[in-house]
Amino acid sequence: MANTTTEAASEAAGHAAEAAGHAAESAGMPQLNFDHFPNQIFWLVVALIVIYFILSRIALPRIGGIIADRQSTITNDLAAAEDLKAKAEEAEKAYNQALIDARAEANKIVAEARADIQKDLDKATAKADAEIAAKAAESAKRIEEIRANAAKDVAEVAKSAAGDIVAAFGAKADAKTVTAAITERLKG
Amino acid sequence: MELAAAAALGKFIGAGLACIGMGGSAMGVGNVAGNFLAGALRNPSAAAGQTATLFIGIAFAEALGIFSFLVALLLMFAV
Amino acid sequence: MATAEQSEGLTFHPMDQFIVKPLFGGDAVGMLTPTNVTLWMALTVLAITALFVLGTRGRAIIPSRMQSVAELAYGFVHKMVEDVAGKDALKFFPYIFTLFCFIVFSNFLGLLPKAFTTTSHIAVTAVMAVAVFLTVTIVGFVKNGAGFLSLFWVSSAPLALRPVLALIEIISYFVRPVSHSIRLAGNMMAGHAVIKVFAAFAPLILLSGIGVVVTPLSILAITAMYGLEILVAFIQAYVFTILTCVYLKDALHPHH
Repeated sequence: MANTTTEAASEAAGHAAEAAGHAAESAGMPQLNFDHFPNQIFWLVVALIVIYFILSRIALPRIGGIIADRQSTITNDLAAAEDLKAKAEEAEKAYNQALIDARAEANKIVAEARADIQKDLDKATAKADAEIAAKAAESAKRIEEIRANAAKDVAEVAKSAAGDIVAAFGAKADAKTVTAAITERLKG
Repeated sequence: MELAAAAALGKFIGAGLACIGMGGSAMGVGNVAGNFLAGALRNPSAAAGQTATLFIGIAFAEALGIFSFLVALLLMFAV
Repeated sequence: MATAEQSEGLTFHPMDQFIVKPLFGGDAVGMLTPTNVTLWMALTVLAITALFVLGTRGRAIIPSRMQSVAELAYGFVHKMVEDVAGKDALKFFPYIFTLFCFIVFSNFLGLLPKAFTTTSHIAVTAVMAVAVFLTVTIVGFVKNGAGFLSLFWVSSAPLALRPVLALIEIISYFVRPVSHSIRLAGNMMAGHAVIKVFAAFAPLILLSGIGVVVTPLSILAITAMYGLEILVAFIQAYVFTILTCVYLKDALHPHH
């Protein structure tokens, strides 16, 4: 039993050696080929050190700087925007105030103008009324006058007509009698 | 020679058996991701902060599957 | 290996894409030999330089596209460090940002066809994980002295449980670099290997009738995997970085 075991073991060892020889050619796990480890580790360390220096000396400070710059730019811009917004609000307030003032001023001016016009109008109306009244009075007087004149003329015409008629009849008209007669008739 | 054949047989059977472990890790990864999703749907606002934890959990679960895969590869190619 | 060849003539070499080869012929890979690792790490460095140095050249208040991508990455990691590890961790920000950039660029460059994915190698990720582990441990002890050990002494637990918990905490503390590195390398390796396996099925249409079904399916699968890999490339970089932040937080504020 032990004999076969050792035999088998030696055979297995031979097989393993053969397999290892084969493995070196193509198959096997290249990851476990320890001959290549120093090479890989060496180049890895070189690569990592190069990357570390490139990044920590050049790239990272630069990117950090860019991000900080951008942050400060954004902060500044935001502050400026806030400022401008406040200014705009102020301007709007001033504008509204001006608008209100202007409106009040306009109202005042309108009221003043209206009062002025009213005054002028009142004055003109009063004057016109007075003129109308004067004219009316004058007219009334003249009508009165005309009426009086007319009455007198009637009496005159009647008197001369009566004298003429009486003369035509051939009698000598007594002016005194005629006048009395006409006055009596006119009194009617 | 029978022993060599037996060794080869054992190697392949062993590699196949080792791959069962990958199934376990698959269940583990699915469990992690599924539970994360269930939790994230309950409380979506807290989910964003926990993605790092999710990936760490997945990585730990997956690593064990990778180990069994590695054992399979070792059996196939290195033993 | 038995999987290397299939009876139909399909060739499966899903791991060949991870082989380290010298750039200028020869087989020997010494420590200083320029290999494809060198090439792709150099491309990573160039891409990072292009984005973060040339892209921000304008220093514009209103950024160009490149500059806004650079600023986005900066803000993303900066916020992560600040949120997870606290304000006093910000002096480690260049360190963490270096790791993040290296990983994310390596992952994405590795997705180019014919590319070599440096982060799929356990040697690479282990160095980074161990670097993080050592940094965190040293910072923890320098900042807090012996008080850093209170990280392992869970004072909120019942007294009887504390030694057990301390043991578990210590083990988990030392497992951190292992899981930290294998998670990244494993994810990258797994995705790329799976894509390669599907790619190996694609030429089946030239060999047999069933290829009419298999080839479109495999092309569809490659596309889907590629989409997933783009997601994974970013998420793994994110996870590596955020775990670094979490460990750093433990070092700076060890009291639970």
